[in-house]
Amino acid sequence: MTVHSEPVQAPWDRAGAGSSVDVEHEPSLALHIEDLTVSYEYRPVLWDIDLDIPPGVLGAVVGPNGAGKSTLIKAILGMVPVAAGHIYVFGRPHHRQLSRIGYVPQRTSVDWDFPTTALDVVMMGLYGKLGWIRRPGKAERQKALEALEHVGMAPYAHRQISQLSGGQQQRVFLARALVQDADLYLMDEPMAGVDATTERHIIGLLKELRSRGKTVLVVHHDLQTVSQYFDWLVLLNVRIIAQGPMHEVYTLDNLRHTYGGQIRLLQGLAGALATDGDGEAKPGDGRSAGDGGAAALGR
Amino acid sequence: METVWDVLTDFTVRNALLGALLLGTLSGVLGTFAVLREQSLLGDALSHAALPGICIGFLVAGSRQLWPLALGALVVGAAAAWCVLLLTRHSRLKSDASVGVVLSTFFAGGTVLLTYIQNQQLPGQAGLDSFLFGQAAAMLPSDLWAMGAVAAVGIGLVLVFWKEFKLVTFDPGFARSLGWPVRLLEGVLTSMIALAVVIGLQMVGVVLMVALIIAPAAAARQWTQRLETMVLLAALFGAASGAAGTLVSLVRPGLATGPLIVLCATGIAALSLLLAPRRGVVWRAVQRRRTRAEVESGRVLVDLLQLARAHGDENYASAQGMINAVYGADAQATLVRLEKEGLVRPVAPEHGTGRHWHLTPAGQEAARRLLEGRRDGREE
Ligand SMILES: Nc1ncnc2c1ncn2[C@@H]1O[C@H](COP(=O)(O)OP(=O)(O)OP(=O)(O)O)[C@@H](O)[C@H]1O
Ligand SMILES: [Mg+2]
Repeated sequence: MTVHSEPVQAPWDRAGAGSSVDVEHEPSLALHIEDLTVSYEYRPVLWDIDLDIPPGVLGAVVGPNGAGKSTLIKAILGMVPVAAGHIYVFGRPHHRQLSRIGYVPQRTSVDWDFPTTALDVVMMGLYGKLGWIRRPGKAERQKALEALEHVGMAPYAHRQISQLSGGQQQRVFLARALVQDADLYLMDEPMAGVDATTERHIIGLLKELRSRGKTVLVVHHDLQTVSQYFDWLVLLNVRIIAQGPMHEVYTLDNLRHTYGGQIRLLQGLAGALATDGDGEAKPGDGRSAGDGGAAALGR
Repeated sequence: METVWDVLTDFTVRNALLGALLLGTLSGVLGTFAVLREQSLLGDALSHAALPGICIGFLVAGSRQLWPLALGALVVGAAAAWCVLLLTRHSRLKSDASVGVVLSTFFAGGTVLLTYIQNQQLPGQAGLDSFLFGQAAAMLPSDLWAMGAVAAVGIGLVLVFWKEFKLVTFDPGFARSLGWPVRLLEGVLTSMIALAVVIGLQMVGVVLMVALIIAPAAAARQWTQRLETMVLLAALFGAASGAAGTLVSLVRPGLATGPLIVLCATGIAALSLLLAPRRGVVWRAVQRRRTRAEVESGRVLVDLLQLARAHGDENYASAQGMINAVYGADAQATLVRLEKEGLVRPVAPEHGTGRHWHLTPAGQEAARRLLEGRRDGREE
């Protein structure tokens, strides 16, 4: 009987099963996705996705509600079963690289009435590095406190999390991702429902991550601010509509393809957009200032 | 009638009491996770579905041994949980409706089986109906060992995998992003809850077992903001309820144990829901009243200041009648409270009747600050 040198596949490594041969694949990219399809109950939510994200960019994933933005992030993290395709993170299959990915889930994905403190939630970011059974100690506490300080939440370290405002909860999640000390950060709407000051604070943190060489991919809903905050853009609506540097991809034509029937929402943006020559985007469109609010596609 | 002391020195009684303490502690600890993961209904389905399992176990084994009955309860309970999942996924029923349907179907089946067995006059079936509402006195010494083993495993697992269970309960998505086997961890928690339900059936009965899982944890949630404390408190409440209910049912034979234990547990829960600081109904009502009183005091101060300004005299005294006209009968209490705080002072009327009030210097200062705050608030 021959002994196969196949690494033992843990049962929960379902997403990457089969791709366990450890060859480097596109190691110069932070994220490289080939032919990815994900479906829920036989309905494809992501269809034939090819995506490349170079290292060191601050990228936005933009698309209408239900476009599959959250699903894309979950697929990269191995949280949803993948029907077909491959995902590589820094050249290796994603399920091998989870310790290099930091994650900020949508704020509404947890019950904030859970009996715990802000500091405790931030320490959860270190659970992965701690490994099984070991409890967080003094060093972990210190790191978590520093991260809270960094996001301006130090005074709230010992607050019960239900007694934090939405923006404060969002910053706690951000601090939890910071202590993960990852190379690639995936964030699901970290600026949903926060006020202007907090938004500026958060975008400052993201730019700082970029300047430290991290790669950051953020699901973002506000078309008004996307070109000003980010330098890379992925337009998604079940398929990839366009991807690349912001100034190349952020065009009215691309946005129209992404949002389809919701084109009226986009008209206010005309002035801010790179014109693509089909005459619809009038640079001097007088409505652009007044219509600004309609372009914010928050729910 | 026996005294409590006579009962306590009896060997079988001590067994029952010890069993109740173990069961209560285990239920409290696991119940904390069940409550936080919003799995109360699943526990209910599991315990009701255990009745047919117990009957089948008895029919197969031909005797009232704990293990065949527990095994039957577990297998049928798991089948019920699976039915709930299938129904939720493949029909348009919401999960609570699915649980309701499955729970009553299995319980009805169990009741039919139970009455069938009783009418068959099978040997050894006496006391099988004590599984409906529980009977501590029917507990065998071997049952105690089973309880001890399950409690040791359950509590041991929670202690060892504390941080894992905590994260999986709070944010299973994030746990997955760390590459953790979340399904496995959740499965272990759910299985432990199912085991606790099954070993509690003899003592508490299928109808009420879920209450012993839920009530101590729900009570504990009221008193603390920390998971560690919540687990400890829930264990304490569970153990206390178990012991108290068992004692009463042993001193007054004929009273079913389960309902007594559950009444203790829900009693503690009711008191906690009412009285706990911050989350309790009473505390919140008092807090609301206090806020309302504060708001009204502020408005009275501002009104007095504006009246005084309108008369061009900071020390102008306004007639209480004017304030009553705006605030009704409450105004009297508010003014008296403000007087105690040294913010207003009554003066005898120069002419006419009724009291007049003017702001003290401290009151003027407070009113001015309130007025500015209000203006800032509007500008934002
Ligand atoms: N667990 C699930 N089971 C079944 N369908 C799901 C599940 N999660 C998401 N979907 C469906 O998949 C589609 C994509 O969902 P996803 O959450 O990825 O969208 P999104 O782009 O993040 O939307 P939003 O802007 O609202 O956050 C939606 O149509 C949604 O209904
Ligand atoms: Mg989403």
